[in-house]
Amino acid sequence: MSTGSIQARAEGWLGNNDVRLLIALALAIGGLYALFSAVLGFQLNGTVNTLRRVAFLSAIYAMLALALNLQWGYAGLFNLGAAGFMAIGVYTMGILTAPVTASPPGFGLPLPVAILGALLVTGVTGGLAALPAIRLRADYLAIVTVAFSEIVRLTFRAPEFANTRIAGVAFGTGGATGLSLPSNPIRILFYTDPAATAPAPNALGTAIFSVVAPLGIEETLVIGWAYVIVLCLCLGLLYWLMIRLGKSPFGRVLKSIREDQQVTQALGKDTRRFKIKTFALGCALMGLIAILWRLSGGYASPRMFKPIQTFYIFIALFIGGTGSPTGSIVGGALFASLLFEGPSFIRRVVAEYLQLSNAPDTLVGAIAELGTLDVTPLLAYSVQDVSISALRLMLLGIVLVYLMQRHPEGLLGHRKAIASSVDLSRQEPREDDNE
Amino acid sequence: MAARDYYNRGQNIVYNRPVLVLFAVIGVFLVFDIFRQLETGTIAATDLMSYLWNGLVLGMSLGLAGVGLSMTYSILNFANFAHGDLITSGAFAGWATAFLIAGLGEFSVEALVLIGGPIAVGSNELGINVVNTPLALLAGLLVAAVLTAALSLLLDRIVFRPMRSADGVTLMIASVGVALFLRNLITYSFLTDSRGLTGGNVPQFTLAGVTFGGHQITLVVVAALLMLATHVLLQYTKIGTAMRAMAANKDLAKVTGIPTERVVKLTWSIGGGLTGCAGFLIALQQGTLTVTMGWDLLLLVFAAVILGGVGSIYGAMVGGVILGIVSRLALVWIPASFLLVAAFVMMIVMLLVRPSGLFSGRTTA
Repeated sequence: MSTGSIQARAEGWLGNNDVRLLIALALAIGGLYALFSAVLGFQLNGTVNTLRRVAFLSAIYAMLALALNLQWGYAGLFNLGAAGFMAIGVYTMGILTAPVTASPPGFGLPLPVAILGALLVTGVTGGLAALPAIRLRADYLAIVTVAFSEIVRLTFRAPEFANTRIAGVAFGTGGATGLSLPSNPIRILFYTDPAATAPAPNALGTAIFSVVAPLGIEETLVIGWAYVIVLCLCLGLLYWLMIRLGKSPFGRVLKSIREDQQVTQALGKDTRRFKIKTFALGCALMGLIAILWRLSGGYASPRMFKPIQTFYIFIALFIGGTGSPTGSIVGGALFASLLFEGPSFIRRVVAEYLQLSNAPDTLVGAIAELGTLDVTPLLAYSVQDVSISALRLMLLGIVLVYLMQRHPEGLLGHRKAIASSVDLSRQEPREDDNE
Repeated sequence: MAARDYYNRGQNIVYNRPVLVLFAVIGVFLVFDIFRQLETGTIAATDLMSYLWNGLVLGMSLGLAGVGLSMTYSILNFANFAHGDLITSGAFAGWATAFLIAGLGEFSVEALVLIGGPIAVGSNELGINVVNTPLALLAGLLVAAVLTAALSLLLDRIVFRPMRSADGVTLMIASVGVALFLRNLITYSFLTDSRGLTGGNVPQFTLAGVTFGGHQITLVVVAALLMLATHVLLQYTKIGTAMRAMAANKDLAKVTGIPTERVVKLTWSIGGGLTGCAGFLIALQQGTLTVTMGWDLLLLVFAAVILGGVGSIYGAMVGGVILGIVSRLALVWIPASFLLVAAFVMMIVMLLVRPSGLFSGRTTA
């Protein structure tokens, strides 16, 4: 059997079933990391933790890409302010839940109420931001939304609001130092009193901890994996919602706006209202996802919501291909596992294999030693904290340029959700156009 | 009769553009408030003069940095997010040269070129400033211009030329990739974050309570000369005419026999050269150099360009100066941590009331 037909069969098997495709992708990424860790003899606890990190970030970026896809892929609204709306969601939640006595003080509301409040605030801000912005061209909208997200970040960072009192109500953003968030809610599953500093495990906790403890897996890791499982459930729900939405009358109007706004208007649709609703919904989702992201860390600071965060989501979306929900998940997973987490993993591999003790101080020093055909100084220089993160971002830049030059449609962009309710392209025999 | 016309026009504006009227009313109120505060002594006249002067300095840097951005925006039709990092590249190239010339013979080349890396020479040991080492600074300015122009051409050849037919959004996203690459290439090469540049006794003089720094004056004067040179180039040379023609109508320019690819190359080199100069001068005025300096300025430069009207060179200059002055004047009412917020809000307001900017419809290249 030729390789071509194997590939065709694999594509046929995977391409027709999106859930199968996603599971295969998850297994491939997980297997890759597990294999490398096993070959290098990493501790089981460390390996499981690496996998948890990769799965966590994959789920988060997949969800963020899905929310962005709703705005850009479905409705053609270019929102470069995702980081700002994420910040609004997280900070609203944080301020609403912070105890009245804490520093900075908050409103002391229970978490579910605070999350609902955050959804409302992000949605309304998104709608208000869209109100004037949707009249602008895509590139102006991009600049305005970046500016908006910077306004949000600078406001949260400003010392004036760090610990303030407005109309008699005391609250605060924590300024540049950041804001404490409620402890990880998933701990309720495992502990009788999750708020305590050294909590006693409940029945479920005792059962699970006693099984994994002999394997050298720590309690925090179990909690982390439970969190990831909940995230994956949320991702599944969001994915289902997006597919339903795409096929609904609402979603079809959005896609027709993307294709031709004037025709849609001529058909009697109020495109402005559709755009504002979509923008608000997408922003509320970004706020919610950001809450899921930060709740596991228990802490938020303005540094986490720089414009680069928005660009990360766009890279994830473009890898997968805009307009396809499955593509958003594939893009999010590939971005988080290969581009975002990959380089630091490679760095660990390099450090494991080569004893790189003293790195040269400067790039000139590192290159000078290349003259003796010794690449280890350059390697040692490159895997330092600053340089490896710079290399990683350089790689992201190259990937973005490459995608825009060669594959602006992304990996699964050829399956861009079509605007009509019946597939008009079906008259021609094609293999892979069913969404 | 004439009075009636004005009345009717005014009535039209009030009915049709309520947002514009609202912002105009707020603007007039703020101007009156400045005079009221001066009268009551809430702000001192010298403070106000300082705000104006510092605003002019910021405005000239934004204006000079904006010219290149406006050129590429009008001729290639995309918002170049890599522009900020071209500013940084120019600053690094120029200052490496200035350090090298000022300290050659005394210190090792590595220690000089890697401005302020782990082993580098401190700026105070070199004592670089406009009075002590004018030639080193001039050489730095020239190298900043030439290298940034070359870098722009290279980036155009590798990244943007293969995608000439792509739409603005695709090009814009590619430019985000270029920005990430450039900024981190600089980080990878120079490692540390912030470093001092100037040393010795930096000249300055005080007039009526306002301090005019020597480096601030250098920036304003050189930027004004460069802007004047750009103006002459655009208005009185064949190449300038070709650039303006292409900005006005690309297809028509092509049909008329203008070599569009050559004009694009010239646009990148002139725009890049000015951007490099802007980077070098801004770093000189700030006295420090960071890897994120250009990226941090980018939105302000965009704001200046949009304020003046995208595509208009004079718009970029005027927009920069207005934005600089207004954002500094805002200190009368708001705390310093909201200066950038004020500038961004101003840009958003401008886009809402007049998306085409102050110099709308006058694409002068």
